[in-house]
Amino acid sequence: MEDKKLLLDIQDLSIHYVVESGTVHAVEHLNLSLAPGENLGFVGETGAGKTTTALGIMGLVPNPPGKVVNGKILFEGEDLLKKTEEQMRSIRGGKIAMIFQDPMTSLNPVITVDKQIAEMVLLHNNVTEQQALERAEEMLELVGIKRERARDFPHQFSGGMKQRVVIAIALACNPTLLIADEPTTALDVTIQAQVLELMHELRRKINTSLIMITHDLGIVAEMCDKVAIMYAGKVVEYAPTEALFNHPGHPYTEGLFNSIPDLDSDEEELKVIQGLMPDPTNLPSGCTFHPRCPYAVEACSKDVPPMVEIEPGHFVACPVRGKPYLHLGK
Amino acid sequence: MNEHTEKNIGQSQHGLKEIFKRLSRAPLAMIGLAIVVVLVFTAVFAGFIAPYGYAEQDLMAAFEEPSGAHLFGTDEFGRDIFSRIIYGSRISLQVGFIAVGIAVFAGGFLGAIAGYYGGKADNLIMRAMDVLLSIPSILLAIAIAASLGPGLFNLMIAVGISSTPNYARIVRGSVLSIRNQEFVEAAKAVGSSDLRIILKHIIPNCLAPIIVQATLGVAIAILTAAGLSFIGLGIQPPIPEWGAMLSGGREYIRDYAYMTVFPGLAIMITILALNFLGDGLRDALDPKLKR
Amino acid sequence: MEQTHPMVEVTNLKKYFKTKRGMLHAVDDVSFTIRKGETLGLVGESGCGKSTLGRVMIRLLEATGGEAKFWGEDILRYSAGKMKDMRRKVQIVFQDPYSSLNPRLSVSELIAEPLLVNRVYSSAAERNRKIAELMDTVGLARRLMNAYPHELDGGRRQRIGIARSLALSPEFIVLDEPVSALDVCIQAQILNLLNSLQKQFGYTYVFISHNLSVVKHVSDRIAVMYLGKIVELSDYKSLFVEPLHPYTQALLSAIPLPKFGKKRDRIILEGDVPSPIEPPEGCRFQGRCPYRQDVCKEKTPELRELEPGRFVACHFARTLVPASGK
Repeated sequence: MEDKKLLLDIQDLSIHYVVESGTVHAVEHLNLSLAPGENLGFVGETGAGKTTTALGIMGLVPNPPGKVVNGKILFEGEDLLKKTEEQMRSIRGGKIAMIFQDPMTSLNPVITVDKQIAEMVLLHNNVTEQQALERAEEMLELVGIKRERARDFPHQFSGGMKQRVVIAIALACNPTLLIADEPTTALDVTIQAQVLELMHELRRKINTSLIMITHDLGIVAEMCDKVAIMYAGKVVEYAPTEALFNHPGHPYTEGLFNSIPDLDSDEEELKVIQGLMPDPTNLPSGCTFHPRCPYAVEACSKDVPPMVEIEPGHFVACPVRGKPYLHLGK
Repeated sequence: MNEHTEKNIGQSQHGLKEIFKRLSRAPLAMIGLAIVVVLVFTAVFAGFIAPYGYAEQDLMAAFEEPSGAHLFGTDEFGRDIFSRIIYGSRISLQVGFIAVGIAVFAGGFLGAIAGYYGGKADNLIMRAMDVLLSIPSILLAIAIAASLGPGLFNLMIAVGISSTPNYARIVRGSVLSIRNQEFVEAAKAVGSSDLRIILKHIIPNCLAPIIVQATLGVAIAILTAAGLSFIGLGIQPPIPEWGAMLSGGREYIRDYAYMTVFPGLAIMITILALNFLGDGLRDALDPKLKR
Repeated sequence: MEQTHPMVEVTNLKKYFKTKRGMLHAVDDVSFTIRKGETLGLVGESGCGKSTLGRVMIRLLEATGGEAKFWGEDILRYSAGKMKDMRRKVQIVFQDPYSSLNPRLSVSELIAEPLLVNRVYSSAAERNRKIAELMDTVGLARRLMNAYPHELDGGRRQRIGIARSLALSPEFIVLDEPVSALDVCIQAQILNLLNSLQKQFGYTYVFISHNLSVVKHVSDRIAVMYLGKIVELSDYKSLFVEPLHPYTQALLSAIPLPKFGKKRDRIILEGDVPSPIEPPEGCRFQGRCPYRQDVCKEKTPELRELEPGRFVACHFARTLVPASGK
């Protein structure tokens, strides 16, 4: 969180959903920043608030029941939350693009893929339809789909190919920030490998910043420079990928790692995190993780732990575990 | 574990209470429900509420305008129209509910078989339903009523059969979507018989659309019954039926309009109330609108 | 685990589905055995027929051909009455903890269902005792007895599914992607539960999953499926250390490892899985195989025992000349 020119700087963001049973604190006092060209992995379980944060950046939090109650989202120095709907519309798909999880439902089934890409180009650029279609074919080629298939309908493509089309649409207007929400979760492993390979390649070709929302730490290890771990609406750990994987600081991060069966060694039993995700309408006091935390002390239930920098660039929201690691360096 | 988040589990409201809670948020539905409740009450206690008997003639007081003695006036035989409408609610509701009951039962049974077994059974049943659907339902009801002859019971059968295909279709559709859910497979895996699967696992899960359709269906059935009586194929005099009363008052509409206005209003209000209630139920029972 | 007679013997099992475009070969001539008390992992990508295989072998779906022998008897030829008795010994846990539980039944009613259907207990008190006992076994708090599934999270729903499958004291359980719909932390809790249940009661499992690290964690032996066929079958260690089939190799290399700087040399397969409808002669994998030769197009490779306990269906296993990778 240096003071360099940041592409995205989220400060103290809170997003709530008001439902019958109470207020869901989907995102609580979230701070996050991203430098140009950086790849950020955004990790957490279902309900941690990853997607809500992404929707917040896009200005797409469904209202009602959702509402951004607090904070700033500075994008290239300007607060997105202060933009009008019309301004947001031109930013969405233009400077900030998003890829959704399910490629099957994010394409319109009755329009050919080249037209779907061209539509995006036409919306954000001052070009003729012919130029837009030309651009669409270029984009398809970029993501590894032959020009001959430009006139095909989405159902004529397989799942992996559809996700390529979705990526082509997202990149059609040269966005400076790409948000990918679980882009490979719906795909098979070998197809996922193809798509990840493609995204690697694209990173080399175009300098777009990426926020990769995922629950798969393996994908993060492969794709991202930095990682933010989210738990119950808050970022609990934020670190360069190497530091996070080599010495995770937060007990929750540690628990996440322990929950994944290791391919390289045999373990009889997995070391699990006890209990369940807290009810988002009724979060525990203090550190939201303390009821499940093996290291919790009394203070954890009272004070909200601040983010502490335990080594350069490595922030952990846990005063108990944050410290010992400084000299342990495991 | 985080007990404080768990305290509500197992205590959430289920079934009727929950549905009523959601229904109560729709004012029109509540009005509809209130009217239906009043109607049912009226029908049950008609004998106590009505000031006169429905066949009580007083030729001296024929064609009397609405007054204190005869709230809605009297007809050509001097019968109290108010009392006849109150007794008429008995017939109308009876016809409505029983006819729909027949239709739901027959349609539900056929639809469940068609949906669950598929293949030939499905084809046979649904094509038969298509044939029924291809005849306008009022014509079908007329044809059935004409061949069975007039009378309360025959009227209910005619109206019931003519609306059976609608229920068969709805039930088949929901059964088809539920049949492929894993809990049905799970029931098979523990050795449940087909009958048990249909009765315990499938039917309870497709009740919602049936209830909605049935509520709206009662309105249609009352209307059809009134129509049949109007053309003389339904209830025979002197039994008071709203449709028959309309028909009877027709000749005098120029001079004594109240003779047709009041039964007409009774039909209209009843149908409107049932439709309000049905629409409200549709929303209240839709799981997508939960929470 | 050493036994002369395997508990389950599946031979030439086939399941075809009729579609408008022709026969879909979901499971095509599959043979394997399972020993008592072991876990056989069944991995493959979506559409490879692993779930169908799991259902056909316990006769939730009727097979097109072949045998599935349990304790020496082919249950595919059982009469309906005999099959109903058999259902008590052979159970299944489903993938989706949301759609596999009837939303109208409470937790105790859900667990009671198999007991009621099979008339295990005559009195309600006995039945309730058993339900409470089952809830303890799978780690569900007894106060949840009257809760409804929609009030519970995926992990606890899956525990209900497991309790239901254990109610009739089965010996053999098909686990069809039991943790795929769950978050990693909950997934780990369920995996530990399944593991301890097996230790405690000696269940025999077939564990179906597309997640290789999960399969490796729970299985003794693993069968890899591709387009309705088993392409490789061996003990979990050899399979991960030295995969023999080119598809297994690609599959293993495709897993993103949650470790920094440990990227594998990835074998990126060309194209997509072809259609299982009327598949052509020859090796099912040849269209995407980096090592394919002419013979692969003409002759279907049989699953052969290359060395004791290691089966592979590839003409050139061990003699592959890797063009790239390790």
